Amino acid sequence: MSDPIKINEKCVFCGACVKACPFGAITQAERKTVPVIDLTKCTLCGSCVTACKFNAIWIKEKSAAKIDLSAFKDVWVFAEQHDGEIQSITFELLGEGRKLADSLGMKLCAVLLGSNIQGRTAELIARGADKVYLVDRPELEHFQDESYANVLIDLVNRHKPNVFLCGASTIGRSLVSRVAVRVNAGLTADCTGLAIDPKTRNLLQTRPAFGGNIMATIETPNARPQMATVRHKVMKEAEVNPARKGEVSMETIAEVLLQSKARRLKFVPETETTMNIAEANIIVSGGRGLQTAENFALLRELADVIGAGVGASRAAVDSNWIPYSHQVGQTGKTVCPKIYIAVGISGQIQHLAGMQSSDIIVAINKDADAPIFKVATYGIVGDLFAILPQLTQQFRKVLGK
Amino acid sequence: MRYVVCIKQVPETTDVRINPETNTLMRDGVASIINPFDMYAIEEGLRLKAKTGGTVTVLSMGPPQAEAALREAISMGADDGILLSDRAFAGSDTWATSYTLSMAIRKIGNFDVILCGKQASDGDTAQVGPGIAVHLDLPQITYVRKIESLDEKTIVAERLMENGYEVIQSPLPCVLTVVKEINEPRLPSLKGKMAAKKAVITTWKAADIQCDPKFTGLEGSPTKVVKIFTPPARQGGEMLKGEPSEVVPQLIAKLKDAILGAAN
Repeated sequence: MSDPIKINEKCVFCGACVKACPFGAITQAERKTVPVIDLTKCTLCGSCVTACKFNAIWIKEKSAAKIDLSAFKDVWVFAEQHDGEIQSITFELLGEGRKLADSLGMKLCAVLLGSNIQGRTAELIARGADKVYLVDRPELEHFQDESYANVLIDLVNRHKPNVFLCGASTIGRSLVSRVAVRVNAGLTADCTGLAIDPKTRNLLQTRPAFGGNIMATIETPNARPQMATVRHKVMKEAEVNPARKGEVSMETIAEVLLQSKARRLKFVPETETTMNIAEANIIVSGGRGLQTAENFALLRELADVIGAGVGASRAAVDSNWIPYSHQVGQTGKTVCPKIYIAVGISGQIQHLAGMQSSDIIVAINKDADAPIFKVATYGIVGDLFAILPQLTQQFRKVLGK
Repeated sequence: MRYVVCIKQVPETTDVRINPETNTLMRDGVASIINPFDMYAIEEGLRLKAKTGGTVTVLSMGPPQAEAALREAISMGADDGILLSDRAFAGSDTWATSYTLSMAIRKIGNFDVILCGKQASDGDTAQVGPGIAVHLDLPQITYVRKIESLDEKTIVAERLMENGYEVIQSPLPCVLTVVKEINEPRLPSLKGKMAAKKAVITTWKAADIQCDPKFTGLEGSPTKVVKIFTPPARQGGEMLKGEPSEVVPQLIAKLKDAILGAAN
């Protein structure tokens, strides 16, 4: 196997490629020597090729597309439903999908799978879908990885969408990872920005990596559909316009595709709270500073008054003060609410990775040097046990509760 | 029973920054570790083996130095390690990675349960586990927080959802991706460390696992990174100062509109 990237004799040893490599994969022992590329670090991103003014770097080109890309039309959105309720992430995807469809001059379509779900198509049209592909079957009442993926694979092969968006939820990530592999599509996870490249008309998918410390923009130049999962609470929901008109296409699916080897036996809702923190517009989150499980009651009280979900740091979860499903951060959930109130959380880098894209961050901590204050919009250095009750009480008054 | 655990070597911290002068990732001196989520997958494999008997094989794709990750897994109790390392794999995205791993798993053969961490801490995609399942045409249970039962033919496991959990039953073989809640990974024992030192790590290249060059590395990866950059830094915040009776009204004044707005 020959190397997929090489520096040839045109090299003048200028070192521009060494500086250009984002991965530190190119080194130059001394001036007047040809730089060396460490292939274990190189990702073949091509930054060095662009930086080299002497055409001295050769990179293996991907073969051109083997499929006719122009056959792929329209922007699709997977309509996630739980128990027949369309989830808010779907409305966010429709809001973003509308913009993409308009700049491509294509239709925006929603794909809805479920049982007795036909009544929900109007909602999708009111939120901007020009067309709804509907598969209404008893087997599809609840999400099942294999049957849902089989149906989407079938629909993609049949109708050839250009762009296919899905929420970066548990269901979304489990589902479209299967679809993308089977239809040979590129899939970008957990996008926070989407745009159409004006020149190539490709979808530019921007996403955080390394816990949000680095952003990457990704393209799928030679395959279709261009698939992406999109982070919740980043895109704006499409507005409702009941006067909008749209088409509903009832899709028939072969029986065999509706079968699933793995079966859902039951669903057990979490009893601790009714609010899913990934969905919450406001999150009140507690850490080590709360000291005991009982003290979480102080947080819950405030959360009730201001309509917030309750989150927690890893330290609080590891102390068994609150279940793991509330953990925010690198080994827990990544959240992006309008307001994040961190109480008694020092703000370790792993925690910040899970919440630093929140619109407003409030930090309450007794340690003035806690790193949480570096990302806080508003910070209060003080005793949370004195501040929290007053905050709850006064919010209750102000909000008329 | 044969358990295959797929692991990835990642930088120890996600606190990587781009050097503003050179526009390169500053990763010097950052140690490599096993992806934290994969530690739970290794541990679960070892626990299942303790119950049912069998073997735990750890599998990784990466540069030659990823061998250290496999040795660490062996020090915890895994039976053997296989490294997929070949220049042909350079530039792999999740499509090509899951293809390559699946080809190796085919070669291993006779597997019952394939375990992965829910995602890797550097890329955070959560796509490779389900990708392996599809390449092998297997069922999957993602985000597993507990295995309720396992026998020779069937597994019942709990999948963590945003608002609760599902109980899912699947025939074997099956692919699982696990979350942190499932267990607490053990530390290597002295005996394990000795075994890891002596262990022979098998290395397979693309040809050893019959990979089609069309589907590996850059060629097999539909996505392409076109740009990396540092996200705009958060603006420095405002500190509210004073006694609780002073700061609380200040904070409420700042947040009131946002809270009323968020409620809608």
